[in-house]
Amino acid sequence: MSNSTLSSVSSESRRPFALVANRPLLELRNLSTHYVSAQGTRVVRAVDDVTLSIDPGKTLGIVGESGSGKSTLALTILRVLPPAARIVSGQMLFEGEDLVRKSDAEMRQIRGKRIAMILQDPMASLNPLFTVGDQIAEMMRVHEGTARATAWRRAIDLLKSVRIASPHTRVTQHPHEMSGGMRQRIVGAIGISCEPRLLIADEPTTSLDLTIQAQYLNLLRDLQREHGLGLIFITHNLGIVAKMCDQLAVMYAGRVVESGPVSRIFNAPAHPYTAALLNSIPRMGANRQRLTAIDGQPPNLASLPGGCAFAPRCPQAFDRCRMEAPPSIALGDGQTARCWLAPAMAGTATRTGVQ
Amino acid sequence: MSTSTELGVLPARLPARFSFIRARDFPLIPLLILGIIAFVAVFADVLAPYDPEIGSLSARFHPPFWQAKGHIDHLLGTDHLGRDVLSRLIFGARVSMVVGFTAVIFAGVVGTTLGIISGYLGGWVDQLIMRVTDAWLALPALTFAIFLAAIVGPSEMNIVIILALVYWTRYARIVRGEVLSLKEREFVRLAIVAGCSKMTIMRRHILPNVVNSAIVLASLMLGVVIVAEASLSFLGIGVPPPKPAWGVMLSDGKQGLMVGYWWLTVLPGCCIMLMVLSANLLGDWLRVKLDPQLRQL
Repeated sequence: MSNSTLSSVSSESRRPFALVANRPLLELRNLSTHYVSAQGTRVVRAVDDVTLSIDPGKTLGIVGESGSGKSTLALTILRVLPPAARIVSGQMLFEGEDLVRKSDAEMRQIRGKRIAMILQDPMASLNPLFTVGDQIAEMMRVHEGTARATAWRRAIDLLKSVRIASPHTRVTQHPHEMSGGMRQRIVGAIGISCEPRLLIADEPTTSLDLTIQAQYLNLLRDLQREHGLGLIFITHNLGIVAKMCDQLAVMYAGRVVESGPVSRIFNAPAHPYTAALLNSIPRMGANRQRLTAIDGQPPNLASLPGGCAFAPRCPQAFDRCRMEAPPSIALGDGQTARCWLAPAMAGTATRTGVQ
Repeated sequence: MSTSTELGVLPARLPARFSFIRARDFPLIPLLILGIIAFVAVFADVLAPYDPEIGSLSARFHPPFWQAKGHIDHLLGTDHLGRDVLSRLIFGARVSMVVGFTAVIFAGVVGTTLGIISGYLGGWVDQLIMRVTDAWLALPALTFAIFLAAIVGPSEMNIVIILALVYWTRYARIVRGEVLSLKEREFVRLAIVAGCSKMTIMRRHILPNVVNSAIVLASLMLGVVIVAEASLSFLGIGVPPPKPAWGVMLSDGKQGLMVGYWWLTVLPGCCIMLMVLSANLLGDWLRVKLDPQLRQL
């Protein structure tokens, strides 16, 4: 697909950490995905120059407003983009292999088997015509050629592991016989059925009520611990990030504006956008004052302002912000931010964390 | 679908899975009629009192037995060659059933396959199949069938192929429309991110979800196809005589209509009407029964 644009860049020459012993599970380097209109005149930079990494068994949270490129990023990793989208540059090193260079057939082997995904609406993710056992077994049969009977037995084990009561009966039932929370756990069971190394969960709890949400998050965390799963958790709920994630990436207008360990970012956000997000969360026990909102609207990705995309809404913006987009600045401890003020903010930031 | 209005003829206690038979809108009579026609078609050799293709010229134009000159030997009379009308009707049922069902199934398989491919793959494949379908639908079905029949010549097998060729487009259209909405459903997306190939997705996830619509359409098409077969036979380019098809019988009997030999046309006409009506009533019921919007999925 985009191999022609990439062939000029040797992957070896750009790999400074090639010999580091504990290599990340997935490493995105300068990844860009653009939507191009049919005439080729309008380009939407849905994912723009994203560099991230996730370690085996760890959780990376990706937060951002609607349209900030979170879901496109997930689709990019699995290479299941809609026809109008193109990966225009960058690398995706998954266990050392560049996913951008894989053929479609190779990607099919990886999807579901090594990288699985839970979709935004797991309620609708099950085929109404087949029993849940069939649907869990299908994955194993597609990827591992498991015999029907064996796959069925494993399906029962999987139902047990996602804490569904009387799995022997449930396995023969159809999705409409289940509650929403159960269906969602079944989607989780399908996700882990081939023991993937990485699970991408794209807002898996948005369609659930709060008690079920909490159950589901606990379940995901337990599954992660048991199977040593790397987890990419896409959400716009910072509370969930605080509960679930080790690392956090904040996206704005297709770019990662800040990334780093969750505790560090929550305690000392280095980007005004992150700081504003954290300030807009109601907190127990804090003084009763109006929540701070972020003025303005997210920018149109098809016509981004020159300079920093957040500048028009940023209370601290100055002339340079409007002229020149800040690069990703490393701040130590794995924290990076795309803001001219980041070094200063990281140094002086006060505690604004969410518990 | 309440069972408050029950049909008295059925036993009061049916196993739960058959309880739908007692529902008020269950098309019992159409099913019975189709069942009888099917039974007659299967056992035509045993049931027919005479050979349908051989008559005796000394026994021409006998009226049905209840009329003044009727013989009890020929219950429904004889035609212009002295062939027994009842036997011809019985064997005609076989022709209608075989041609009707095979043509509908052929058309259904071809149309559904192309509809799924067109809808799921999209792009130029979709454009190609749909433009062909548009062009196809622009031709009047019967004229097109006559044209094809004129090329390949009359035979029972040819009729099946011709009717399948003429009517597959309806399936393709409807199935494609449904696939377009299905492929945006979350479970298809899940199958994609789970690494299923396009082939697997079409077979495992799309096909089972469109089969209902295809079956409903097939039941409604059955009537259309039977009429088309009768029309072609009537025009002399369908099932070749002396094979007894209902359309051929209509055609043979039409001169007799003016001189009072009504049974030669009215009886096969009634058979066609009953069969088509039954097929349509059954189709209507299936449509409601299998409509995904009316069922809770």
